[in-house]
Amino acid sequence: MLARSALRTARSAGAAARNATSRTATRPASTSSSTAEEAASAWKTTALGSGATVFAVGSVAWYYHLYGRNVDAMTPAEEGLHPTQYPWEHQKWFKTFDHQALRRGFLVYREVCASCHSLSRIPYRSLVGNIMTVDEAKALAEENEYDTEPNDVGDIEKRPGKLSDYLPAPYKNDEAARAANNGALPPDLSLITKARHGGCDYIFSLLTGYPEEPPAGAVVPEGLNFNPYFPGTGIAMARVLYDDLVEYEDGTKATSSQMAKDVVEFLNWSAEPEMDERKKMGWKVLAVTSVLFALSVWVKRYKWAPIKTRKIVYSPPKQKSILDQLPKPDKKS
Amino acid sequence: MPGISSSLYNIFLRRNTVMLGTVFAAAFGLQLAFDAGSDRIWDAINKGRQWKDIKHRYVEAPEEE
Ligand code: HEC
Repeated sequence: MLARSALRTARSAGAAARNATSRTATRPASTSSSTAEEAASAWKTTALGSGATVFAVGSVAWYYHLYGRNVDAMTPAEEGLHPTQYPWEHQKWFKTFDHQALRRGFLVYREVCASCHSLSRIPYRSLVGNIMTVDEAKALAEENEYDTEPNDVGDIEKRPGKLSDYLPAPYKNDEAARAANNGALPPDLSLITKARHGGCDYIFSLLTGYPEEPPAGAVVPEGLNFNPYFPGTGIAMARVLYDDLVEYEDGTKATSSQMAKDVVEFLNWSAEPEMDERKKMGWKVLAVTSVLFALSVWVKRYKWAPIKTRKIVYSPPKQKSILDQLPKPDKKS
Repeated sequence: MPGISSSLYNIFLRRNTVMLGTVFAAAFGLQLAFDAGSDRIWDAINKGRQWKDIKHRYVEAPEEE
């Protein structure tokens, strides 16, 4: 419909243009046309073109009005406030994680988040060479007890942790976690930056976004806390980060935003421990493939040079007159 | 000097087995050089951020913890 009317506009505009250019040419054919008639038809052409244009624009507007606008199943409050976008240094294409920040972030996780959140995909061994030395990681592992394999009589005993063990969870199972947290399950944080829209920005905003008190008119159900960034605004996790909650060994001042930034970078590491290596590898691949690409362009040009530069010449066969084939009249006779 | 390139050709590329050796050796050497070079650039860009840059703060005192 829309396409047709647009076509019509184009066609009538084209027709008008054609009329204008071919007027002198067509005059001899239409001997009966007078100047008055011509003026009238020009007026009609203009009106037709304008009308079609108005119709086309109008139908687009009407269609957009009906179907083009956003439809939101959720209210903005249910959607949650969009997080601020921060210029994370470690997310630049050529930057690794800041491992000093990872170390601080792991401290924040251990001292604050670990009492409610598990980080069950991270074994102690992966901390080695990223966040801790071997000795530190071993000492940390030995602070916790793990089940042994069944012994001769089938009993399971306890042994100190090893590097190959995974970080222990604060609760035995999800049910225990829910029971301790008003029915809300604190999610495992191993992959949380990948599991939430907005990733680092969202978690940082969430951790630092608790207002002193909920804004006037906001309904906060019993046992929940107001946080504009959490979809639905009522979150079961209360504000956990307060200035100077932990003491950093490197002397960094532990403001709540510093702690949030460090723990977010650490959680980004736990979700993507391969990031440093991946970025470096990516640059190497780009470097090698760009050399190979340049080479292949050169080879292509080299191989095609004789074909591209050849000249095709048509040399017509010698024309022989048909008369030459007739027997020549004998001059002698 | 056409002499040099042709004698290089004769030494390294003339016999197929030798050429194969040249290719393998060149691949090995170039890869070493490329990796070393790119690591250097990478470490320079990320100076102070990687574990190897801060490691010395924690291994120098092994008896601390
Ligand atoms: C007192 C226990 C407790 C502590 C401490 C705690 N959390 Fe939570 N956290 C929760 C609970 C409970 C939820 C589930 C909230 C909900 O679903 O309403 C949660 C949810 C979350 C979520 C998911 C939010 C979402 O979008 O679903 C993130 C991310 C999070 N916490 C990060 C942290 C970080 C980082 C720390 C440490 C700085 C931390 N939490 C400390 C209890 C805690």
